[in-house]
Amino acid sequence: MRRQRWLGPAMFMPAILYIVALVGVPFFMAFFYSLTDAKVGSTTYHFVGLHNFVDVLRNPTFRRSLQNSFVFTISSQILVLIGANVLALALKDAFPGRRFLRFLILLPWVAPVSIGSLGWKWILDSLYSVISWVGVQLHIFHKFDTPMWLGEPKLAMMSVILVHTWHMLPFATVIILAGLTAIPKDIPEAASVDGACFFRTLFQITIPMMLPIINVAVLFGAIFTFTDMTVIYILTRGGPYDTTQVIPSEAFFTGVLGSDLAEGATISIFLVPLLVIAAYFMLRTAHRAEVT
Amino acid sequence: MPRRARTWMAKIVMWAVRLFFAVILGFPFYWMLITTFKRNTDLNNLENNPFLYNERPTLDHLRLLFHETMFPRWVLNTAFAGLVVVIITLLLAVPAAYALARLTGNWGAQLGIGVFLTYLIPPTLLFIPLSKVVALLGLQDSLWSIIIVYPSFTIPFSVWLLMGFFKSIPKDLDDAAMVDGLTRWGAFVKLMIPMSVSGILTVVIFSFTLVTQEFVYALTFIASAAHQTVGVGVPTYLLRGDVYYWGSLMAACLITSVPIGILYNLFLDRFIEGFTVGAVK
Repeated sequence: MRRQRWLGPAMFMPAILYIVALVGVPFFMAFFYSLTDAKVGSTTYHFVGLHNFVDVLRNPTFRRSLQNSFVFTISSQILVLIGANVLALALKDAFPGRRFLRFLILLPWVAPVSIGSLGWKWILDSLYSVISWVGVQLHIFHKFDTPMWLGEPKLAMMSVILVHTWHMLPFATVIILAGLTAIPKDIPEAASVDGACFFRTLFQITIPMMLPIINVAVLFGAIFTFTDMTVIYILTRGGPYDTTQVIPSEAFFTGVLGSDLAEGATISIFLVPLLVIAAYFMLRTAHRAEVT
Repeated sequence: MPRRARTWMAKIVMWAVRLFFAVILGFPFYWMLITTFKRNTDLNNLENNPFLYNERPTLDHLRLLFHETMFPRWVLNTAFAGLVVVIITLLLAVPAAYALARLTGNWGAQLGIGVFLTYLIPPTLLFIPLSKVVALLGLQDSLWSIIIVYPSFTIPFSVWLLMGFFKSIPKDLDDAAMVDGLTRWGAFVKLMIPMSVSGILTVVIFSFTLVTQEFVYALTFIASAAHQTVGVGVPTYLLRGDVYYWGSLMAACLITSVPIGILYNLFLDRFIEGFTVGAVK
């Protein structure tokens, strides 16, 4: 029995140490850097207190990025939520070709996101966009005046939101689908026997029963959206004129490409509040699972 | 409306919804396929209908991609990194998951949740400090930088998934094995690992696909084209100057995304279970 006491820790400590070294330590280093004037390439630095935070908050580009991050996250999550619920309902029951359709629908999530975004970059090309071509054929656009999907501020924002929605929709759909199949079949059936119409069953029974799982989908979706820069980096690099810049991409351009470690770290710290909220909700769900 | 007509209507609506989403979600991949075999003169002619092959299809883009670009090298880099990351992940995550599921009682479960929470800390928060760590280790611009860093997100997810797996195996089994003379470690190696092959396989596939999908770390740590992975190499280095070679680019996209998609799809349900623990019973 004595051997057992150290066997457990010996088995999990390597994994824990690895995570502490490469997630825990850098996490605190980010806070540390945000209080200094560290630059890439120089080994010396000084404490500057909250100077970086003051600087960043005064910077109009940062304020724009912060605002964009919320616009980007909230709009794409609303679209994802509506789309995923509708799609999950359409995929719930067995039908011929369901497996193939599920594979097709999942591709945007399972294919590398940078690669999928590149496909969209071609579809939204300023000159050869297939969408513009269809628009011209339908006489919606003029031939030599087609929209610059990624070159005009409002259109560019719309494009990155839609492409990100395209990427995240399958993830939310399969999570919601998992929840739908877990609802006992007889409850909605009983309701419809009692005379409740489709929408009444949907809003009074299915959706309330689905709420916990929808919360999970939104929670992870919001985190993966708020903290991601891939779609934006590939499609617009934050442009035109920083109109699609978000916090992660701004941190990348400042801290990595611009060599300003301290300011880059400061910008990325603004991701933390959302993570804390998410962690809180996660712990609550996990706790509930243990109690029941 | 008669009942029969109503069920028909519902069926038609369902199929319309399915078709609508299939077209929107699948379109970029279809478009990659069309573009891959199109001649440049066809692609660049605005008069042409882009949905059709106005000139004979060609294999030139594929030839260019495999013979004159670094694409094959990026594929090898990605496969190698994936393989090493999978090995590191298994070596650390499997014993950890077993220990947290079996040997540590209630605080093991708490620690497990703590481990999973670290999965939520995004690369975009850690990439700046980690670039310093990578430099300290002398790994900047090397494939090894991402090989060392990637397990920091594959391990948490794998531990979480495998913990669920081990918990679903009845405890009596290990006890019986130990009564039969195996040590705790022996029971783990000889009984638990063979019993959880499908869980371990899931972890292998996920670690590998997460490596192929990662973008931010590879973009940050690796500066030269020769050491890149597919995910970063294709969008950032597969163009000459400002010219995009759309034919070859789309060929690269198609070749990369479909196999990964198929692999991932096979194990997706397990992956989703990892997220929904506690919300679905």
